[in-house]
Amino acid sequence: MQIGLTHYLSVAAILFTLGVLGIILNRKNIIIILMSVELILLSVNINLVTFSTFLGDLTGQVFSLFILTVAAAEAAIGLAILVTYYRNRGSIAVEDINMMKG
Amino acid sequence: MTPISFALAHSLPEVVLAVGALALLMLGVFRARDGRDWIISECAIAVLGLAFLLLFVGTGPKVVVFDGAFIDDAFGRYMKGLALIGSMVTLVLSLDYMRREKIDLFEFPVLVLLATLGMLMLISAQTLMSLYLGLELMSLSLYVIAAFHRDNVRASEAGLKYFALGALSSGMLLYGASLLYGFAGTVSLEGIAAAIHGKPNIGVIFGLVFLLAGLSFKMSVVPFHMWTPDVYEGAPTPVTAFFASAAKMAAVAITVRVVMTAFPGVTDQWRQILIFVSILSMALGAFAAIGQSNIKRLMAYSSIGHMGFALVGLAAGTEQGVQGVLVYLSIYLTMTLGTFAAILSMRVGDVYVEKISDLAGLSRTNAPMAIFLSAMMLSLAGIPPLAGFFAKWYVFNAAIQAHLYPLAVIGVLMSVVACFYYLRIVKVIYFDEPAPGFERASPAVTAVLIVASLLVVGFSFWPGPLDVAAAAAAKSLF
Repeated sequence: MQIGLTHYLSVAAILFTLGVLGIILNRKNIIIILMSVELILLSVNINLVTFSTFLGDLTGQVFSLFILTVAAAEAAIGLAILVTYYRNRGSIAVEDINMMKG
Repeated sequence: MTPISFALAHSLPEVVLAVGALALLMLGVFRARDGRDWIISECAIAVLGLAFLLLFVGTGPKVVVFDGAFIDDAFGRYMKGLALIGSMVTLVLSLDYMRREKIDLFEFPVLVLLATLGMLMLISAQTLMSLYLGLELMSLSLYVIAAFHRDNVRASEAGLKYFALGALSSGMLLYGASLLYGFAGTVSLEGIAAAIHGKPNIGVIFGLVFLLAGLSFKMSVVPFHMWTPDVYEGAPTPVTAFFASAAKMAAVAITVRVVMTAFPGVTDQWRQILIFVSILSMALGAFAAIGQSNIKRLMAYSSIGHMGFALVGLAAGTEQGVQGVLVYLSIYLTMTLGTFAAILSMRVGDVYVEKISDLAGLSRTNAPMAIFLSAMMLSLAGIPPLAGFFAKWYVFNAAIQAHLYPLAVIGVLMSVVACFYYLRIVKVIYFDEPAPGFERASPAVTAVLIVASLLVVGFSFWPGPLDVAAAAAAKSLF
């Protein structure tokens, strides 16, 4: 079987969906949200690199390098905020993020 | 290939902000005692002011530099002006607040500068790549300043919520960007328009939907608004003012630019989406705010509603509609900053209060502030002689010219519903038994409130300059 554009795009779409579901359905731990965010960004990278190869155009690969860099910064900031939250609240369970409602 | 000096000359405000932010960071690290903000905020205001003045240097109609990634046009300059005013006023409002809450660290003005730099890059983005980088520079700085009150559990919860949902929205935006790149074959906005050529395929439509979903998060319109009330309530008040003013300007600006530059031939496709989110936002903004008792939370719902009204103009998809959006945003910026100046004047003893009931009988304890705050509320509601009415008039007029009658009718009805909670505040101020009076606000905060009130009242007598500037800015986009 020849592996073509559709297969790559399907894998990326599945990973993206898993990432979004991970954020929405997850009721346990905020770390899982961070992992899901990474999953989403990496699925986008698969998309970009695939398109880049099939279009014969380098822009997509440059774009994916930028995304990797920004994703690292984003994870750092996310973890830093998570640490301040843990220090104040003593928990990182998703169901405990409920000080403000309505 | 244009020489680098030419490119830098057309991005002078951004260069000034970047250099200024780094210089102030160094100054803070090496000179500030115990990390306290010493004169960094004042310097940051000066840097923002300089960037604002440099906007008037550029006069060319439309110049694209940095290999097609960055555009300098009248629309961009107009929106950058609004974003810079929002940032400047935020810093002015923050001076006293940060000191009293003992979070006057020098990182705050530096982060505001970096966020503003991100907004400016976002407004000028001409490719999906520069759009993403500008958006992330803005968002990452905003996540941090939302949680800036490190020892406050509500602020860190606000930061965490904003981060989780913001990261999700960036992911959706990127997924849309990757689909657009794949199916249009380019990341340039103009290139996408040329590639679609009026006949979009399904991949491009999917990309458009994901991209608009990501941008809707940043504009906080329904159905992507869930973070707004919590973040607005939990974040320190000047930060909330920043979110409601400058950040919104940048998000709406890039949305307008994307749909007008990249998707001019597929108006029907994005118009449905915009009408849908616009109606839902106006409705949620009108109904959900009614039950609120916290004024910051109320302002969050109010801002959701106002974004819905602004999108009415964009949904029209005409030059007149874009002009309406620009006028709406300028007036909304003035009203929001004025209202937040009033909220920052609500201090009893050493505590900043934020309940609507704390405003009770303000007319008897502080008559001038009562008048100014009521002017803000009546203007937000859209009562005729004040600026808020004309803002709505511009966008609804554009919608009617574009034959979007149902949208305009629903918009007017929702603004009537929204009147209720604005007028309730005026009623609390004038007719309820007085609550304890507020302490004297700092002169800077009072000045912002007075200037905003004068602008809101003055617009009906002298609308010319804003109208002309917005018309010129809208023209450059077509």
